Amino acid sequence: MKYLDEYRDASSARKFAEAIRRITTRPHRIMEICGGQTHAILRFGIDEFLPPQISLIHGPGCPVCVTPVEMIDKALEIAAMPDVIFCSFGDMLRVPGSNHDLFHVKSQGGGVRMVYSPLDAVQLASENPERRVVFFAVGFETTAPVNALAVVQAKKRGLTNFFMLVSHVLVPPAVETILGSPNNRVQGLLAAGHVCAIMGCKDYEPIAKRYRVPIVVTGFEPVDILQGIFQCVKQLEEGRAEVENPYARCVKSEGNASARSLITKVFQVVPRTWRGIGEIPKSGLGLREEFACFDAELEFQTSKCPEVQSNACIAGLVLQGIKKPEQCSEFGTSCLPDRPLGAPMVSAEGACAAYYRYRKRRDLS
Amino acid sequence: MCLAIPGKVLTIEGDDPITRIAQVQFGGITKRVSLACVPDVAVDQYVLVHAGLAISVIDNAEAQRVFEYLERIDELTELSGETS
Ligand code: SF4
Repeated sequence: MKYLDEYRDASSARKFAEAIRRITTRPHRIMEICGGQTHAILRFGIDEFLPPQISLIHGPGCPVCVTPVEMIDKALEIAAMPDVIFCSFGDMLRVPGSNHDLFHVKSQGGGVRMVYSPLDAVQLASENPERRVVFFAVGFETTAPVNALAVVQAKKRGLTNFFMLVSHVLVPPAVETILGSPNNRVQGLLAAGHVCAIMGCKDYEPIAKRYRVPIVVTGFEPVDILQGIFQCVKQLEEGRAEVENPYARCVKSEGNASARSLITKVFQVVPRTWRGIGEIPKSGLGLREEFACFDAELEFQTSKCPEVQSNACIAGLVLQGIKKPEQCSEFGTSCLPDRPLGAPMVSAEGACAAYYRYRKRRDLS
Repeated sequence: MCLAIPGKVLTIEGDDPITRIAQVQFGGITKRVSLACVPDVAVDQYVLVHAGLAISVIDNAEAQRVFEYLERIDELTELSGETS
């Protein structure tokens, strides 16, 4: 496929890997923020091409992984209501709440549907006027415009049975929390290309300056990721800390203006709790007052029960790049993709699931 | 979750920016995709699609630049600046 295959070309990837080896003179720790990149790194074995001085730290960029248990519990309670069709992206269905997951609700006869797009949920609402249709809006800046568009379309169609359970998160505040932490180990960052496709690169300039870290906007294919690492290492070796954008085929430095104006029309910045990290001020999006009639949290009264999480799960440390999944005592023993103890084992983009899927298999072979 | 995939715009329907739709081809399959965030896209261009919404028009000149960069990789591995 055009714009895909050429960026998976093995000889181009090898050239970048060799170039990285040539310029690396000392240890560097680089964080890829996005879980999609973590998945690609493990899937293509990119970290094994790198010189031993370079360690990749896996960031918090998996929205499924950082959605708090309390929010999952709310989703479970709403989804079990008899007149509700509860729609979600596929990877949210298996995230464990305090007691069970959305799949369980579905197996008990709950109206749980996996959809490809929130726009499909709007369509379902208009086809099922006697049901209340709820979409579980999780995601980063990449997903915010399509979720905003769904609300705008629902309003335009005069729907009164469409609602959103919003747990949106924003990348830059989380990055600052990690870089500003006394435990921070990150020296360079690969910024998530598709988040930047929406928001542009300008937000990262003050961050690069303040924390003296190079930030390279990076795509998702092996050649893109290796180029991102190369440019990041080159900056580290040269003592520079700048924002660079080699993923310019998809990312304009100002981002996507139409997408950004959709986001600001529908959402406002709110504090948000990140699973494993805690509350981060100004790190999420919630519906604006004029769209409050679509807010599932106002429409549905849910009980506030204390959340139960596995004590042994070190998801918080994994999400901040302080520990690797293999350092968790439960990894691959009591925590497995089909019975996960924590969210990073659930989503394909979670670091624990990526390690289990690609590392474990290789260890066995 | 932030996965987005490049596809080719085959046809465009509608004028209202909020409901404008395209048929977009990804390898063998074709999907309906909202064009609400790429108002200037034309048929035959490639868009990056996330959850049913085109979020960016792919810039072909920039797409080539990765390989131009790679051609210069030998000179690029000569580091400059304050190495320690
Ligand atoms: S392996 Fe399982 S228990 Fe351990 S940190 Fe990952 S999700 Fe949590």
